[in-house]
Amino acid sequence: MNKVLVANRGEIACRVIRSCRSLGLATVAVHSEADAKALHVAMADEAQPVGPAKAADSYLKIGNILTAAQASGANAVHPGYGFLAENADFARAVGNAGLVWIGPRPETITDMGDKERARLLAKGAGVPVLPGSPRFLPGDLGGLDGAGAAVGFPLLVKASAGGGGIGMRRVDDAGGLPEVVAATQAMAEKAFGDGAVYLEKLVAPARHVEIQVFGFGDGRAIHLHERECSIQRRFQKIIEESPAPGLAPEVGAAMAEAALSLAAQERYRGAGTVEFVVGPDQDFRFLEMNTRIQVEHPVTEMRTGVDLVALQIRLARGDDLSEFDQARIQPAGHAIECRVYAERPEMNFLPSPGRLAVFALPVETEGLRIDSGFREGDEITFHYDPMIAKVITHGSDRDAAIGRMAVALEQFRIEGPSTNIAFLRKVMDHDDFRAGRIDTGFVEANKTGLI
Amino acid sequence: MAHTVHTQIPGNVWKVLVKPGDKVKAGDELFILEVMKTEVPHTAEEDGEVTAVHINEGDEGVDAGTAAVDIS
Repeated sequence: MNKVLVANRGEIACRVIRSCRSLGLATVAVHSEADAKALHVAMADEAQPVGPAKAADSYLKIGNILTAAQASGANAVHPGYGFLAENADFARAVGNAGLVWIGPRPETITDMGDKERARLLAKGAGVPVLPGSPRFLPGDLGGLDGAGAAVGFPLLVKASAGGGGIGMRRVDDAGGLPEVVAATQAMAEKAFGDGAVYLEKLVAPARHVEIQVFGFGDGRAIHLHERECSIQRRFQKIIEESPAPGLAPEVGAAMAEAALSLAAQERYRGAGTVEFVVGPDQDFRFLEMNTRIQVEHPVTEMRTGVDLVALQIRLARGDDLSEFDQARIQPAGHAIECRVYAERPEMNFLPSPGRLAVFALPVETEGLRIDSGFREGDEITFHYDPMIAKVITHGSDRDAAIGRMAVALEQFRIEGPSTNIAFLRKVMDHDDFRAGRIDTGFVEANKTGLI
Repeated sequence: MAHTVHTQIPGNVWKVLVKPGDKVKAGDELFILEVMKTEVPHTAEEDGEVTAVHINEGDEGVDAGTAAVDIS
């Protein structure tokens, strides 16, 4: 392996390029017509166009990405997150083209990508799961009423092929169930090409806590502790931290054990995340496993000092990692990440595309890391994700990390798109947040004070 | 009151939920844009009847401020 094609854009493409460079590997960026002058293109050693602005015709086109790899002579592919990162067909096609796939085996991606199947595999590994139903295919709602009653309300209707907050609807009573199931099936059919949905008990109030794992492909796996991801809007995370405030150490340890037993059962290869919902009594249940590097991985990197992307690449390259064991993971202090989005919190987080007329980032100092894929003058286009930057701070304890975050957020200068920076800043000062009293209802419950 | 609902932001037209002749109430969803991987529903401002729909499902890159649905 000497040249890596990064099949992504924005901050994660820039971040993967950095780790490739630290390992002495050349890099190839891919870009749509809208991204020809993007930062990730400028950073890479070379670049290949892959199609028009619309992601479905460029970043999501397997054939175009493989053509770019062949044209550039790349011999490995890193998918980042989103786009094709959890597409088993892509992973397989990369391997079939004689290139190294920097990610889990295609079979694992398939198993975990089907959220209903993943539930059963987790259960088989002894991981506690939520009450749930078998799948319902479009046009066949037979047994739905009974399944709803068995799972209990409130519940979530979830697309089997979904994940990351997409294709999920809440239902509070039996009367509304058939309509929501049909709507979610239609949405899932359109978004994922697979209309299957299932029901899962909704735990509320609850926290989302996930365990970062790293598997070596032979049944051996280590964990890099937890990330608390409860501060969300529209089922999507905006603030993550580690350790999870107030989580009993024995509960965190039990979650890590559960995540490792699933990783071992799957002979998991590379970086992965096992997500759990944690109830008021700190009882935890499996939600899903993400077979990719996560947006919020820097939280773990800041706390453990491990470069997760470099580790992914070294494993794929065949480096000897036999001495990289659990004892190597010694977390220190507290880390927090805030996602800066182009959106208007006061308009129910309405996306806010536009040109970055002014874009000045805080200067990175000790305990402050900024991951961004943009420069002043760049366009935040409606075609792609609204994330402008990630701010990650680290401190000796939670208060120190929060303090550094507050200062960093105040140093941003952005004109053009509206952003959620003022909102994030207010969260840092919020009494409940400061006290660690957080759950997935935090944003909704505190809207008036934060906007 | 006759009014026209315009697109709030640029995006792709994901779903059109009404057609000319439909009676709508204030707050009813008329169409949904797909912007930055997010569904952005647009609703009727007042009760009325849809007299014209100027956008189609699948339209891409519709500018902000585009007249989308007329209601009388």
